[in-house]
Amino acid sequence: MKNFGGKVLFLDRSDINTDEIIPAKYLTEISKEALKPYLLEDLELDSFSPKQDIEGKNVIITRANFGCGSSREHAPWALETNNINLVIAESFARIFRQNMFNCGMMAVELPAVIIDHIFKRFSGKETSLETDLQKNLFVIKADELTDEISFNISDFDRSLVDAGGWVEYADSRY
Amino acid sequence: MGKTIAEKIFDSHLVDNPSENIHVIRLDAVFCHEITTPGAINDLIAKGKDRVFDSTKIKAVIDHVTPAKDSKTAMQGKILRDWVSRHNIYDFFDIGRNGVCHAIFPEKGFVRPGYTVIMGDSHTCTHGAFGAFAAGVGTTDLEVGILKGVCAFHHPLTIKINIAGKLREGVYAKDVILSIIGRLGVNGATGKVIEFAGPVVDAMSMEARMTCCNMAIEAGATCGICCPDMNTVEYLWEFIKGDYATKKEAFEEFNKFYSDPDAIYEDVMEHDISRLEPLVTFGYKPDQVKPVKEMEGIKVDQVYIGSCTNGRIEDLRVAAQVLKGEKISDYVRGILSPATPKVFSRAMEEGILKIFMDAGFCVTNPTCGACLGMSNGVLAEGEVCASTTNRNFNGRMGKGGMVHLMSPATAAATAIAGHITNSKEFRD
Ligand code: SF4
Repeated sequence: MKNFGGKVLFLDRSDINTDEIIPAKYLTEISKEALKPYLLEDLELDSFSPKQDIEGKNVIITRANFGCGSSREHAPWALETNNINLVIAESFARIFRQNMFNCGMMAVELPAVIIDHIFKRFSGKETSLETDLQKNLFVIKADELTDEISFNISDFDRSLVDAGGWVEYADSRY
Repeated sequence: MGKTIAEKIFDSHLVDNPSENIHVIRLDAVFCHEITTPGAINDLIAKGKDRVFDSTKIKAVIDHVTPAKDSKTAMQGKILRDWVSRHNIYDFFDIGRNGVCHAIFPEKGFVRPGYTVIMGDSHTCTHGAFGAFAAGVGTTDLEVGILKGVCAFHHPLTIKINIAGKLREGVYAKDVILSIIGRLGVNGATGKVIEFAGPVVDAMSMEARMTCCNMAIEAGATCGICCPDMNTVEYLWEFIKGDYATKKEAFEEFNKFYSDPDAIYEDVMEHDISRLEPLVTFGYKPDQVKPVKEMEGIKVDQVYIGSCTNGRIEDLRVAAQVLKGEKISDYVRGILSPATPKVFSRAMEEGILKIFMDAGFCVTNPTCGACLGMSNGVLAEGEVCASTTNRNFNGRMGKGGMVHLMSPATAAATAIAGHITNSKEFRD
């Protein structure tokens, strides 16, 4: 079973779109690895520096409607090649969310108040997060602070994560 | 209990419910282009599953960058081309016969009422204009669609938008959909289906319906959809006349998918467009819309008319009406990209291309081109483009560029003036 956790990157903005996650000009790349240097290159966010801020991070926590815009699966791939396989947000664009689970990664929604709470308590601090898939629990830590936050994913999404993605799941079933 | 058109389509295509609320449905068509399909093809090869579920249900086109602009885009085209010939995919449109996917596939009669369609492209929602459930998907969904002919979706909760009133002169489908997105917001229909209904939609041509459905994704919707009617039958008649004795018979068959009067909607929105004026976007999100007159005077460097939103013959006719006998500003680069070869030759026969060229426009071959900032008119940093496309995201048409979305009439008037302005067709 994959491990979903590690250091957290906070992106304090709603409606971060797929062109910001990975600009269209890199869609000519055929290997996922080639996308690695360009993740979030065009993100509109004050004092965000892709080169410094992404390094070493494994989880993104953000606001509403993350991944809106194009259908490009290059967006989750660009995350994956940067070792980020979990995004937590208030909500996601449908295609982006589906693409994450289809790749065996996770896009988990939490209510706005909880996201807001996490931002207030942890953003700006060195924060790490662990996922307990048995108990449906995130454990978030920074310095002496610890929070346990429960989440929900559907049985179907869980089976995609277990199967390692939708191709494997569908080919064995349909 | 009544059902919506999307629910009826799901019911008639259901394969499995792997968990509550998840419907795996059978696909009638899988569309492919050269940007998102090579990833799926390569992955299928790597997994030892280089197969297709049904070569007659797969349609492919090279449209995003054509002719290829460099070695990488040439390779994307080659991967698609080789795959198509390996699997005997007959409906493949390569250079000389190719056009923007969401314009060319309907034009070939590949979309029918009640169909289920996926494509690795977010604007696949366009095809809902025909009363089909058509959704943009990522590469993995596309891959499974190619391999197994199925795709999984949540239950299609539907927002119905009743569009009422009478459009004023010089106001078009593009203004209608921009007003709806402005009202819903970019996240207003996420994961839902938008059903466009009401007298304004009933009176719309198929092309105008495509313009509306095309931008449903800009409010986050999975699909935009219009219930099929006689307009739909008329448009499709040349392709379906072998299957039905009369148009009436075709209509009755398609009408089975019509939403029931007692269907349950997630939301029903009344949208009166009687007082609507031409709109334009002002920021980096398609829901940031304002009347053109409030943006009057903003200088533009480039005007782009084309794309799956507004590159069809009706759009070109409207723009040509504005451009006829005029010259575009010396400070503006005008680019026209007719969406398909058929649109191109119709425009040529009707003298539309000459009007554009006499006005100072460059006419390109049918392609997505500048719409996604990959070729044929990429913006430089700090430049501004008036565009009939559907997305104004930061960097969309080139890093550091600004895109203002508008109708073809407004774009043509803007090209003449050199700054954002209303067309003479619209009188306040
Ligand atoms: S014209 Fe633009 S929006 Fe339409 S399919 Fe091509 S790139 Fe996408």
